[in-house]
Amino acid sequence: MANATAAQNSHDAHDHPTGWKRYVYSTNHKDIGTMYLIFAIIAGIIGGALSGFMRWELAEPGIQIFPGLASMVYGHEWQSAVALDAGKHMYNVFTTAHGLIMVFFVVMPALIGGYSNWFVPLMIGAPDMAFPRMNNISFWLLPPAFILLLMSMFFEGPPGGMGTGGGWTIYPPLSTSGQPGPAMDFAILSLHVAGASSILGAINFITTIFNMRAPGMTLHKMPLFAWSILVTAFLLLLSLPVLAGAITMLLTDRNFGTTFFEPSGGGDPILFQHLFWFFGHPEVYIMILPGFGIVSHIVSTFSRKPVFGYLAMVYAMVAIGFVGFIVWAHHMYTTGISLDTQRYFVFATMVIAVPTGVKIFSWIATMWGGSIEFRTPMLWAIGFIFLFTVGGVTGVVLANAGADRSLHDTYYVVAHFHYVLSLGAVFAIFAAWYYWYPKMFGYMYNETLGQLHFWVMFIGVNLIFFPQHFLGLNGMPRRYIDYPEAFALWNMVSSIGYLIMALGLVFFFASIIESLMKKRKAADNPWGEGATTLEWTLPSPPPFHQFETLPKVK
Amino acid sequence: MAHIDTHNSENRSNKRIAYGLVLLVALMIGMSYAAVPLYQLFCQVTGYGGTTQRAEDSAVGIIDREMMVRFAAQVDPDLPVKIVPAATQVDKVGKKITVNYRATNLTDAPVSTTASFNVAPASMGAYFNKIECFCFTEQTLAPNETVEMPVLYYLDPELDLNDELDTIREITLFYAFHAS
Repeated sequence: MANATAAQNSHDAHDHPTGWKRYVYSTNHKDIGTMYLIFAIIAGIIGGALSGFMRWELAEPGIQIFPGLASMVYGHEWQSAVALDAGKHMYNVFTTAHGLIMVFFVVMPALIGGYSNWFVPLMIGAPDMAFPRMNNISFWLLPPAFILLLMSMFFEGPPGGMGTGGGWTIYPPLSTSGQPGPAMDFAILSLHVAGASSILGAINFITTIFNMRAPGMTLHKMPLFAWSILVTAFLLLLSLPVLAGAITMLLTDRNFGTTFFEPSGGGDPILFQHLFWFFGHPEVYIMILPGFGIVSHIVSTFSRKPVFGYLAMVYAMVAIGFVGFIVWAHHMYTTGISLDTQRYFVFATMVIAVPTGVKIFSWIATMWGGSIEFRTPMLWAIGFIFLFTVGGVTGVVLANAGADRSLHDTYYVVAHFHYVLSLGAVFAIFAAWYYWYPKMFGYMYNETLGQLHFWVMFIGVNLIFFPQHFLGLNGMPRRYIDYPEAFALWNMVSSIGYLIMALGLVFFFASIIESLMKKRKAADNPWGEGATTLEWTLPSPPPFHQFETLPKVK
Repeated sequence: MAHIDTHNSENRSNKRIAYGLVLLVALMIGMSYAAVPLYQLFCQVTGYGGTTQRAEDSAVGIIDREMMVRFAAQVDPDLPVKIVPAATQVDKVGKKITVNYRATNLTDAPVSTTASFNVAPASMGAYFNKIECFCFTEQTLAPNETVEMPVLYYLDPELDLNDELDTIREITLFYAFHAS
C-alpha cells in the first residue's frame, strides 16, 4: 500500500486497466456498479423464469406442467407416480428459489450494489468508495453464492426429491429433519456468502458516507438517495448478522447434532421464526428504502422543484428503519403469542404507516404545482408511488391480528408483498435505470420503447397481482401446486398478466439494444434544471476517476 | 491538484469507522446466539408458547371455577414405548391433582426417554404449575416393564384475573416422548 499511496499523486497506480482484468480486479465503483447491475439482470431473468413456470402451472386447476418438467430435468419416467411426486416437490423448490433469488440476487444487488455503488460516491462528491478492494470482494462473493443456490436445486433435499422446497423463510423442522439431503446445506451456505457480501458492502457505504462527503456537504444537505443508502446499510448491519446466526444454528442442527430448534433436545422451532423475522422485517425495508431515495430524486427532477419537506423525508426514512426492528412478530400472529403481545405488534406495525404517509405526501407535494414532464423515469416513479400505496394499504389490513387469522398464508399476503416489492422495488429499479441510463452508459434510451416498457409492464403486473387479492380473500392458500375449480378464473387472469409482463420485458431489452446500436450521445445533464445532484455536473458517462479536485457544496 | 486523503484504505478515520462497524456485526451475531438462552428464560418466566411453570408447593387456595384438563401424548416413531395418557380431570382451579401416565417398554432391552411438554391454549402456560413431573428427568424403563409416571400439578387461581382466559374451560397438557 505504501507504493499506492506514493503513486497516488502521479496517478500511475490508477491506470485504466483493460480486458478482463478491468472487471475481475476492479476497484472502480462505477465498473463494480455496472457488474452488479448486469448480475441482477441475469439473476432476474432466472428468478423471473421460475415464476413463469409457476404461473404456467397455476393457469388451470390440476397438475399439468411440473411432473413433465421433473421428468425432463431429473430423468424420471414420463407420467409415472414418481414424476408426479417429484413435480409437486419441484413446484415448492421453484417458489423457494424464486423468493431467495429475487430478494438476495436481484433487488439487493440492483439497488444496493448497482445504483448505490454508481451514485452514492458521485452524489456526495467522493472520488470512489472508502474501501475499493473490499468493494471488489463484495461483488465477487455474489456469483459463488448464486451458483451455490442454483446447485442446491440439483441435490437431494427431502428423501426422493431434488432441491429445497421449504419456502424462502426456511422454517424448521422442514428445513432440518424434514429435508435431510445436502440441498438445504447448499442453500444455507449460499445465504451465508450472500450475507457476507452485503455486510461488507454496508460497512463500505457507511464509511464512505460518513468520511468522504465533499467539503460543505453536511449530512443535512446530503441527497436523499445517499440518505436512503445510509439507513439501509445500518439496517443491513443490524439484521443480517442475526440471519447469519440463525442459519448457522440450522446448519449445526442439521449436521452437528445441536438442538437449537429441535424439541427433543430442549430447543424450539418457533425461536427460528423470531430470529428469522427479526432479520426478515428490516430486510423488506432494505429492499424498499433505496427505492424511496431514487423516487424522491426523479419526482423532484421531472417536477422541476426541490423535494418537498427534505428533512421530514430524511427522518421518515430513519423512523421507518428504526420501527422496522420492533414489528417482526406481525409475521407470527398465528404462532400462539398472547393477545397483549399481538396488540402491541398491531399497533407498532400501524405506526409505520405514519412515516410512510409522510413520504407519499411529500412526493405528491413535490409534484404539486410543479412543471411536470412525463418522461419514462417519471412514469416509473409515479407508477411506484401508486403501486406502493396499494401494497401499503393491504399491509395495514394485514397488520390487524384479527384479519390476519383468516388471511395468513393466503394469496392476499402474496399480493400484498408483491405490490410493495415486485411492483414497488422493481418499479424503482426500472425508474432508476431510465433516469441514470444516460449518465451510466452515455447514450440516450429510446423514449417510445421506454414508455411502452412502462405501460405494458404496468398493465401486466397489475393483472398478475390484483386478482390474487380476490383469491386470498376467498381463502386460497399460498405454496400449493393445485387448487379447487372455484379459483380457476382469477388464476387464469393472473397467468395472462404474467405473459403481458413478459412482453413488457421484451421492450426493456429492445430499448437497451436500440440505444447501444443508435449510440445517441447523452448530454451531461439530459433532464434540465430539475436535476440538481452532483452526478449531473459530470460528463456522461463520467470519467474513470472523478472529483480529483473535490467539488465545493454551498 | 489536491491530494485526496479520503480515498485511501490507510486513512485512519476510515479504519476507525470500519472497525466499529465490524464490532457491531460481531455484536449482532452474538445477540442472535444470546437469544437462545434468553428466549428459553423468557418462555419459562412468561409461560410463552404454553411453557408450563415449575412450583414447589401450592399455597394459594382453591377458587370456585372448574377447569377440564385433558392429557395427551405423542411418541417418537423410533421409541419402542407405548404411552397411555392419564384420564381427563375436571376439578376446581387451585386444587392439587396427581395423575399418572402409563408407559410400557415394548422391547427386551432397557430404553430411555425424555419428554418435552406444553399446554394448549398457549396462554395457559403461565398458570399451569407442576410440582412433580416425570418430565423433569430422563426416564429409563427396564425390559418389558410398565410403569406409572406421576404428574402432580395445580392451576394457579390467578388465571381467573386474566380476561384473556375468561372463555377457557378446557386445557390440554401434552407430552412428546423422545428417544434419547
